[in-house]
Amino acid sequence: MTEPWWIAIIEALVIVNLVMVAFAYLTWLERKALGRMQLRYGPNRAGPFGLLQPIADLIKLVRKEAFSPSHAIEPVYIIAPIVSMFTALAAFSVIPFGPGWKIDHWHVNGAVANVSIGLVLIFALGSLGIYGFIIGGWASESKFSILGTMRTCAQLVSYEVSLALSVLGVVILGRSLNLSDIVHRQGEFLPFAAPQFVGMVVFFLAGLAETSRVPFDLPEAEQELVAGYHTEYSGMRWGLFQTSEYINLITLSGLMVTLFFAGWHGPWHLGPLWFVLKLLVLLLVFIWVRATVPRLRYDQLMRFGWKVLLPVATINAVVTALCVVAF
Amino acid sequence: MPQPITTLKGFGVTFKQIFKKPLTQQYPEYRRPIYPRFRGRHRLHLHENGLEKCVGCSLCAAACPADCIRVVPAENTADNRVSPGERYARIYEINMSRCIFCGYCELACPFDAITLGNEFEISEYNRDDQIYTKDMLLAEPIKKVPVADRTLYDTPIPFYESNS
Repeated sequence: MTEPWWIAIIEALVIVNLVMVAFAYLTWLERKALGRMQLRYGPNRAGPFGLLQPIADLIKLVRKEAFSPSHAIEPVYIIAPIVSMFTALAAFSVIPFGPGWKIDHWHVNGAVANVSIGLVLIFALGSLGIYGFIIGGWASESKFSILGTMRTCAQLVSYEVSLALSVLGVVILGRSLNLSDIVHRQGEFLPFAAPQFVGMVVFFLAGLAETSRVPFDLPEAEQELVAGYHTEYSGMRWGLFQTSEYINLITLSGLMVTLFFAGWHGPWHLGPLWFVLKLLVLLLVFIWVRATVPRLRYDQLMRFGWKVLLPVATINAVVTALCVVAF
Repeated sequence: MPQPITTLKGFGVTFKQIFKKPLTQQYPEYRRPIYPRFRGRHRLHLHENGLEKCVGCSLCAAACPADCIRVVPAENTADNRVSPGERYARIYEINMSRCIFCGYCELACPFDAITLGNEFEISEYNRDDQIYTKDMLLAEPIKKVPVADRTLYDTPIPFYESNS
């Protein structure tokens, strides 16, 4: 069943704004949780429990001068953060958050775009998002930005291989590339985290690297470098890069919930609430990892990606395929 | 070599911290008592009879490594007696934005007229407001800074407090 186009537009508008709010409060949650794990309070000045901190940050970023280097290639330099922001937001559109509803004889989908190749679309948009980082660092005309770009791209490209391969087992078991179908199948069967445990671990680790979160946060390495590809960005342009990174994290967590933890399925038919709950727990795990694990060295990062994750993901996919064929 | 077991133990360590009370001191609400010999902003002192201890000798200005003290002396006269000595400081200014709070002025002063007090919150919106005049240095400080009990520390009592 299809929904009328205007419902899709309203749904897209609501979801985009919800994702932005989720991003804002993810930064708050991260700073708060990280603070408590390091015996600090985290933000607690702006509003009760520092709840207005993301809004204060936004106002500060928007009002800040958007400085650009004198040699920067101006149009590309400005487009780069927009590209990465756009791809980050667009990727979330295929993630299903509910079973779909019937409101007054109109059908409302459980995802903004119920695409039959949703999984491929997410990976395609993720690869496009890397262009934002490439052209952003390149157009800054600064050697540090270019070095940061190279670090970022080398990492993202090499971990994308393992990320895509780790999902293959789920696709074989789910017999579909449509994320809603995969969720439905997990509802009938059981969450794919159980039969695809290895795939889940590989997906989680590759996802950490893909969103440049802490053990793999070499693109930023805030204690060692000024920044990576966004060294020459300031104000809201920098904010867009940061936003896209966090939204990528939300999308990836959403994808992991969808693929391995049965999405919105759960006891008592809570629907989207289950999705949000699982997403929240997963994001807290990401924050927990950040509080615990030290950063890898660059050669360790490459070795781990190519020599550990990639073979494990490949073997997992092959073994899953063999099992499905055999039984 | 990767050590997965110890890494997982580390996750337990970070998780345990959530339930502990944070160590952060919430500064503007809670002011930690400062060390008794803390060197904060300067004070100029008076004798018990109301005369200024400073005689305008400019030794503090000479000792100052940051060159932030300006003293312009004037002669004491019979009808305008400010200090017990021959001269007094007509202008006594300290530029707080240059001062490094080393305490050499305190050491150089032969009459213990200048000492370093306890206040450290001396930020201003304007650079000119950082220049403290003689009236400001003579007056009691407006902001009260909590000072730790001297008996808690093994620290000698300064000469100007025991003999004055």
